[in-house]
Amino acid sequence: MLYRETGVFHSTYAEDQAVFKLPLDRYAVWITVAIAIFVIPLVASNYVLSDLLTPFLIMSIAALGLNVLTGYCGQLSLGTGAFMALGGFMTYKLVTGFPTASALFGVTLPDISFFGFEPFDIWFVFMLIAAGLITAVVGLLFGLPSLKIKGLYLAITTLAAQFFLLWLFIKVPWFTNYSPAGIAPAPPQTLFGFDVTGAASPEANRYLFVLMLAILAAVAVKNLARCSYGRSWMAIRDMDIAAEIIGISPTFAKLSAFAFSSFLIGIAGALWAFVKINSVQTDAYTILLSFQVLFMVIIGGLGTVLGSFLGAAFVVLTPILLNISLTSLNPLFVAIGLGEISIAMIKHIEFMVFGALIIFFLIVEPHGFARLWQIAKQKMRTWPFPY
Amino acid sequence: MKKALIGTAAAVAMLAGSLVAPAELAAEEQYFPLLSYRTGPYGANGAQLANGQIDYMKLINAKGGVNGVMLRWEECETGYKTDVGVECYERLKGNGPVAAVSPFSTGITYALLEKAVADENVLFTMGYGRTSAADGRVFPWVFNFPATYWSQATSIMSYIIDQEGGVENLQGKKIGLVLLDHPYGREPIPTLEALSKDMGFEFLQYPVPTSSMSDQKSLWLDIRRAKPDWIMMWGWGAMNPTAIKEASLIRYPMDRFIGNWWAAAEVDVRGSGVPAEGYIGATFHDVGDNAGVFAEIREMVHDAGNGTGPAEELGEVLYNRGVANSAFVVEAMYTAMAEFGNKVLTGEEMRWGFENLNLTEERIAEMGLTGILPPTQVSCENHEGSPAIKLQRWDGEQWEIFTDWIPAMTDVVRPLIEADAAQYASENGIEVRSCS
Repeated sequence: MLYRETGVFHSTYAEDQAVFKLPLDRYAVWITVAIAIFVIPLVASNYVLSDLLTPFLIMSIAALGLNVLTGYCGQLSLGTGAFMALGGFMTYKLVTGFPTASALFGVTLPDISFFGFEPFDIWFVFMLIAAGLITAVVGLLFGLPSLKIKGLYLAITTLAAQFFLLWLFIKVPWFTNYSPAGIAPAPPQTLFGFDVTGAASPEANRYLFVLMLAILAAVAVKNLARCSYGRSWMAIRDMDIAAEIIGISPTFAKLSAFAFSSFLIGIAGALWAFVKINSVQTDAYTILLSFQVLFMVIIGGLGTVLGSFLGAAFVVLTPILLNISLTSLNPLFVAIGLGEISIAMIKHIEFMVFGALIIFFLIVEPHGFARLWQIAKQKMRTWPFPY
Repeated sequence: MKKALIGTAAAVAMLAGSLVAPAELAAEEQYFPLLSYRTGPYGANGAQLANGQIDYMKLINAKGGVNGVMLRWEECETGYKTDVGVECYERLKGNGPVAAVSPFSTGITYALLEKAVADENVLFTMGYGRTSAADGRVFPWVFNFPATYWSQATSIMSYIIDQEGGVENLQGKKIGLVLLDHPYGREPIPTLEALSKDMGFEFLQYPVPTSSMSDQKSLWLDIRRAKPDWIMMWGWGAMNPTAIKEASLIRYPMDRFIGNWWAAAEVDVRGSGVPAEGYIGATFHDVGDNAGVFAEIREMVHDAGNGTGPAEELGEVLYNRGVANSAFVVEAMYTAMAEFGNKVLTGEEMRWGFENLNLTEERIAEMGLTGILPPTQVSCENHEGSPAIKLQRWDGEQWEIFTDWIPAMTDVVRPLIEADAAQYASENGIEVRSCS
C-alpha cells in the first residue's frame, strides 16, 4: 500500500509513454536528483566528493555504456578498459591539439560573462563528444566480428581490442605527445567559466560536472532502450534468428549497440583520466578495469539503467568503505587484546569480504541489484499483507 | 531475505559512521601520509621500504622527535595501482600537517604532480618518478634527489664504457634494456636512445607486461637470439627474481647484467631460486647495517618491542632505502626549522627545507647515517642534487659494493630534463619561476 499503481489514470499518449508512469516514481527520481545536485555538494566532505562519488559516477557512465552492449543487446565485451583508454587518449590529443575553437575553425566563440558564468565556454564538451565519436568508430570496427560469432567467442575477440589498443598507446609516442614515460598530464579544463577538471578545481565542480554527464547518459540510455533501436537490440539479445525473421537487421542492431556503447565508455574513460587521476596513462586502463565494469553490469542487473548505478556503487565503493571501516576499527581490536591489524591484512580482508559479497549477492539474486529493488517495490505494493 | 536486508542495512550504517568519524588532529605532530604497498606482486619490495621508513620515524620519536616535534604517520595500501594511490593520497592528506608524500610508484607520482601543487604538499620521489621534475623552476614542489632515472642510466653506461675500454669500442655493440612495461620502466628509454645515437651502439628494448611478470620465457628466448653484449634492467616486484632466474637459465653472463636500484635487493636475488652470483645492481647507499643508525634502531625500536618488521631485515637494501627516505625528510625538517623555528612546519616551510637542503658528510655522520645518505645539495633550480651511483655485486650471500661513486653524464641529461620540463610547462600553462 506504500507504493501502488491503482488510481493513476493516463488520459493522453504522452502520459502513457512517460519514462516514469507513476507520480510516486517521478517524485522519487526528482528528489534523488535534487539531493544529488543541491544537497550533497554542500554536506559531503571533499574526500567523499572527489574520491567516492566522482569515481562512482564515472564508472556508472562506463557501466551504462557496457549495459547497452551486454545488457540490452546481449553482446559480451571484454574491451571496456581499452575503449576507456581510447577516450582518454583521444581527449588528451584533442585538447592539446586544439585548445580553443579558433585553433580548429578559426572562429572565436563570443567571450561573454555574467558574474563568472560564461555560456560559450563549452569547447571541452565538444572535445569530449569528439573523443566519444572516435571511440564509437573504433568500437564499431571491433564490433564487426560480432556479426559472425557470439557469446564467449565474441568476448575473446573484444579482448583483442584490450591488448591491441593499449599496446598501440605505448608503442606510438604520438599519443602522449612524446612524453618520456608514456604518461601525459591531463591539462585542466573549464566549462561555463568554471574549472571542472584538474587538481586545482574545487571538488564540488568536478562532482557536478560528472553528475551532469551521468544524468545525461542515463536519460539517453533509458530513452534509446525504449525506442526502435533499443527494441531491436533486445530482440537480437533474446533470439537473433527470430529477430532477423521479423525484419530487424542484425548488422545494424549489433553495430549500433557497439557504437553507442563505445561512445559512452569513451567519455567515461576521458573523465577517468581528466577528473580522477589527472593524467593519461595506459596503466589505469588494464584488463582488470574491463572486468570491473563487466561485474558492475552483472551485479547491478543486466539491461537496467538503475542497475548500472547500483553495480558501479557496489564495485567502486565497497572496497574503499571496507578498507576505511576496518582501519578505523583498529583501536577496538587493540582494546580487546587482538593487537593492531596490519594494513596488508586489512587489504586481504577487504579482498575476501568483497569476493564473498559478490558470491552472496549473485546467489541470493542472480538478476542483480535492480531486481532486488523490484522485489522491494513489490513488497511495498502489497504491504502490510504478504500477497 | 529480510534478515539479509537488515544485515546489509546495519553494515551500511556502520560504514557511514566510520566515514564521518573525525580524524584525530594533534597540533604538535608532523604528519607523514605513507602510500605503501605490502600486498600483491610488488608487496615483497614495498613492505621492506615501508618498514624502513617507519622504523626510522619510530627511532626519531624515541629520541624525542625533531627538535621536540614528534612524527605521526598513517599507512594506506596502494597495491602500486595509480587510481588507488590517488584515493589514498586524498584520504590521508587532510589528517595533519604533511611533511612530504612519497608514493614509491612512478605512475602514482605522475598522477599527484598537480595535486601536490594545489594542496601545497612536497612530493619527495627519491630516485624515481618524473625525471624532468629535477628542474625546480617548473616543478617547485617535487624533489627527486639523489639521482633521476636518466642520470642513473648514464652512470651505468659510464661503467659499461669503462669496461669496454672507451666509447669507441661501443660501435656495433648491442645493449639491451629489460623493463617493466609501466611508466617506471619506460622512463630511461629517451636517454638511452639519445646515447645510442651518439655512441653508435644498438639499443634493444625488452618490455615485460605487468600482467605477466613471472612468465618471461619468450622474452629471454629473444635475448638468447639477439645476444646483447650488456643488459640493463628496470624491474620491480615479482619481475626481478624471474628475470634473474631466466638470465641464469640461458647462461647469460651475470657480470654483464646490471639492474637499476629498484632491481637489486635481497628479495630479488634470493627469490630467484638459482645462483645469481655476479649479478650487478646500482645503488646510492651502502649495504649492511654498519651505520650507527642501525644499532640505535635495534636498541631503541626493535629491542623495545616496537619494531615494524622482522629485525633481520635491518641492513638489507630496500630497508636501508626506506630509512634513507625518512632520513632525508627529517633532515629537510631540521633545515626548515633552522629558518622558521622549532615548530610543526607548513607545506611551504617544508618545501623551503627541501630546497635549501645541504647535507654534508659531517652532518650525515652526526646523525649516524654515514653511507646511507649521500652528501646532497639541493637548489632552487636543481632538485636532483649531484647525481652519482655506486655498483654492488651479489656474491651468493650478500651484496658487496665494488665501485666508487660513478657520476652521471649531467651534460647529456640536464638539457633533456630542461627540454621536457619546458614542454610540460607550456602544455599545462605553468609559469616558469625564476631562480636568480
